[in-house]
Amino acid sequence: MGVANTAEASLQEVINWARKNSVWPVTFGLACCALEMMVASSATYDIARFGAEVFRPSPRQADLMIVAGTVTKKMAPMLKRIYEQMPEPKWVIAYGSCASSGGIFQTYGVVQGVDQIIPVDVYVPGCPPRPEGLLKGLISLQEKIAREPSGMRKIVSLPWRSNG
Amino acid sequence: MVRCMACDLLKEKFPEAVRGVEEFRGETTVTVDKGQLRAVLKFLKESETLLYDLLVDVAGVDSGSGSPRFKVVYLLHSMKFNHRLRIATGVAEDAELDTVSDIWKAADWLEREVYDMFGIRFSDHPDLRRILLTDDFVGYPLRKDFPLKGVDFDKPFPVCLEEEKGNQVDA
Ligand code: SF4
Repeated sequence: MGVANTAEASLQEVINWARKNSVWPVTFGLACCALEMMVASSATYDIARFGAEVFRPSPRQADLMIVAGTVTKKMAPMLKRIYEQMPEPKWVIAYGSCASSGGIFQTYGVVQGVDQIIPVDVYVPGCPPRPEGLLKGLISLQEKIAREPSGMRKIVSLPWRSNG
Repeated sequence: MVRCMACDLLKEKFPEAVRGVEEFRGETTVTVDKGQLRAVLKFLKESETLLYDLLVDVAGVDSGSGSPRFKVVYLLHSMKFNHRLRIATGVAEDAELDTVSDIWKAADWLEREVYDMFGIRFSDHPDLRRILLTDDFVGYPLRKDFPLKGVDFDKPFPVCLEEEKGNQVDA
């Protein structure tokens, strides 16, 4: 029994270690913050050091969605669709004030925080946050992934899917 | 005063349509009658001596009060002669304006934007839907009586994917 538990725990550790060091983001930028996100993958900031340089053009191959920029209500369905298309396990970083809370755009056209539509793991404040902010957010996410016990992370199903 | 060939021609050709000509820092605005707007714009585009072949923008203006309440402004540019001209026309709150989307293709989306923001309708427009806001949006945000931030702008809102919309229609 004890041996099995230990084995399972270390297996989980290995899985988490692998997951946290290969968080591939989906290529998805919406506004000014996206430029900072792009800079984060440049040689100067080199997000590759944390295993997250592989920006995937298809959500099917991505683990992380960095919502970088202003999410308009018109854009909300597309964002939700991309999120749904990502395979589990998946994580979300709300990058910048706009994605976290609507930022300076307290208006009818802008989603007041992307957590109104999809679950968010890490918020990075700033307008825009520096690339270091994204790296810090990524490290926080890695710490979070490392802590995840097996079976904790539920399959996130969006309301209408479960309602049938 | 800068000489404006287009104004002279318009006055000559549409004497009863031209309501006024304004000159401000080298920019000319001609206010025309709503009923003749289409004819005027068509003439400006097709006339050999003017050739305003580029529709730069169509904008709406809400004066809040006053009659007519709205103004629609067409910014024209002649690629050949490098001339610019602004045509304005007044629209009452419940009135419709003739579309010019068959004269300039660009007017299609520009008119949709004016409709989206001001609720000014264009008759005979091929596809008069909202363009910037979601289809279920209520109100016209650039109207003076629209609350600055909008109503319940920070409340949760329904997000419908395309296929879900189809389901809703069926149900
Ligand atoms: S948080 Fe600031 S920099 Fe980022 S998208 Fe919004 S306005 Fe642009």
